[in-house]
Amino acid sequence: MSPPPLTPNHFATVELQEIRRIVELMNEHSLTLFDLTKKDFHLKLKKGTDLDDLRGLLASLPAAPVPPPVAAPVAVAPPVAAVPVVEAPVEAGREITSPMVGTFYLKVAPDAPNFVEVGTTVSIGQTVCIIEAMKVMNEIKAEQSGTITAIVAEDGAPVQYGDALFRIK
Amino acid sequence: MFKRVLVANRGEIALRIIRACRELDVQSVAVYSEADVDSMHVQLADQAVCIGPASSKESYLKMDRIFAAAEITGADAIHPGYGFLAENARFAAICESSSITFIGPAARLISLMGDKASARATALANGVPVTPGSDLMPDAETALEEAKKIGFPVMIKATAGGGGRGMRPCFQAEDFIGQFQAASSEAIVCFGNGSCYLEKLVLNPHHIEFQVIGDSHGNFIHLGERDCSLQRRNQKIIEECPSPLLTPALRARMGEASVNLIRNINYQNAGTIEYLVDEQAENFYFMEMNTRIQVEHPVTEEVMGCELIKEQIRVAAGEPLSRHVLESSPRGHSIECRINAEDPFNNFAPSPGTIELWYAPGGKGVRVDTHVYSGYTVPPHYDSMIAKLIVTAATREIAIARMKRALGEFIIRGIKTTIPFQREIISHPDFINGTYDIGWVARFMTERTK
Repeated sequence: MSPPPLTPNHFATVELQEIRRIVELMNEHSLTLFDLTKKDFHLKLKKGTDLDDLRGLLASLPAAPVPPPVAAPVAVAPPVAAVPVVEAPVEAGREITSPMVGTFYLKVAPDAPNFVEVGTTVSIGQTVCIIEAMKVMNEIKAEQSGTITAIVAEDGAPVQYGDALFRIK
Repeated sequence: MFKRVLVANRGEIALRIIRACRELDVQSVAVYSEADVDSMHVQLADQAVCIGPASSKESYLKMDRIFAAAEITGADAIHPGYGFLAENARFAAICESSSITFIGPAARLISLMGDKASARATALANGVPVTPGSDLMPDAETALEEAKKIGFPVMIKATAGGGGRGMRPCFQAEDFIGQFQAASSEAIVCFGNGSCYLEKLVLNPHHIEFQVIGDSHGNFIHLGERDCSLQRRNQKIIEECPSPLLTPALRARMGEASVNLIRNINYQNAGTIEYLVDEQAENFYFMEMNTRIQVEHPVTEEVMGCELIKEQIRVAAGEPLSRHVLESSPRGHSIECRINAEDPFNNFAPSPGTIELWYAPGGKGVRVDTHVYSGYTVPPHYDSMIAKLIVTAATREIAIARMKRALGEFIIRGIKTTIPFQREIISHPDFINGTYDIGWVARFMTERTK
């Protein structure tokens, strides 16, 4: 098992020695999961189970021949009057996750401003982004109020149900 | 041929379809609910898209999310498997109006044959015998007069029912009005449609179904029958091919009727026509048609030497049925047991949970279709089937010996399964003699509790 990648900043607050000690303690007590969240960092150490080994093995199987990459979605059309509204659940008060499958957009048109930026304060029911599916632009509304701390999903990228879109506090 | 197929299903059939795609050099996309993140079909597909929380209504039945998953992954076809959206004409129609191919028959045929009443009418119009019965009945009094004409006992059937649900027998005129009203109310609650029709109840029949398949090159064939009479509460538990009941003459008549039907309605892709056959093996009656691949398709594959999922994909891609399928003939005998996570000694109560140890049988003529493995947790949200055990041998006698052996080797620790129950049935003289009928399991269970 390996500790998560840490930026140079984090070495000031979490020594590598501390992580080694945690790993030793885990082995000593046959623990398989250590998860610590502090104000400015999150450390998760997970011991590989048979399942993880199997997944790793399966991931290395050669895939079927890959066809040419799918073309990027064409320019976003302006929203029609009655745009479907979908509630986005907030996971543990820290993430806004996707309630549907589709393509994520931060703005309604290429030349329009983003619905939110890092630092934007949102209220319940405020549109935070668009997810497009089957040619319909769905406005995603915040289910909790707070301040956006990060934009997690990539503008124009596909998202699945449950994918993190934003971090919020 | 398609570049990428999205598998709109879960469990063993999703894995089955992914395997067929891989052998055809076609990419596969799995969709999954949050409860299925550890399922083998998700691990083995080339790509996977999460489409919702555990509940089927919010995931595997979500047409818009599944279609969107096809869009974002660039899939050019969707295989619906069985159950879920497989017989949803609206979903097929949505695909038809897009550039994504639905791997199955045309939406209009799903509608036509999916509605029990119109399916009966279509069968009748195409020379397929149907059980004496009625059109939709407007009220209980009219239905009673009709029932007297047909002759008791009758079966009251919801036109929107299926999969063994929405049927109620009535043995005498005195009980009829009450039964009819109850059937109607139940149907509204279960299917949203309370309309019912009547059918003569054929006593102690065999449930025998014919596998059919058509393509866009004018080929319409049948691939023999499966005997699925061993059912508990209208859910099949053991199936075999060929049927121990059918004579060659009856098989020929039923096969011809089945092929005529699909040719006349231009049914392309795989389907199954279900019949009731009387005890004397003289008469057969159309029951319903399933416009999809069936759970028990492997026993046909083993005996006829074909691969039905691949043929479905090929037909949908506009290719003709494979030469070896068009020229196939039956060889040997095959039996399938559906292994469910249920406790057969506790009224078949569902037994979800973690499988601590899984050792599947092997050896000649043993096939196990499953998405399950040691350490897998069977979720409580879906149907309880965790594996299909299929054995094939040169004769029925050897197939039975092989199934006994394979069931005996099968180790599943951590949950309860139906294996002990199936072992009892396989060793029973009635099964060995092939003299079981649709009512057999119910009678067997009553005997056991004495």
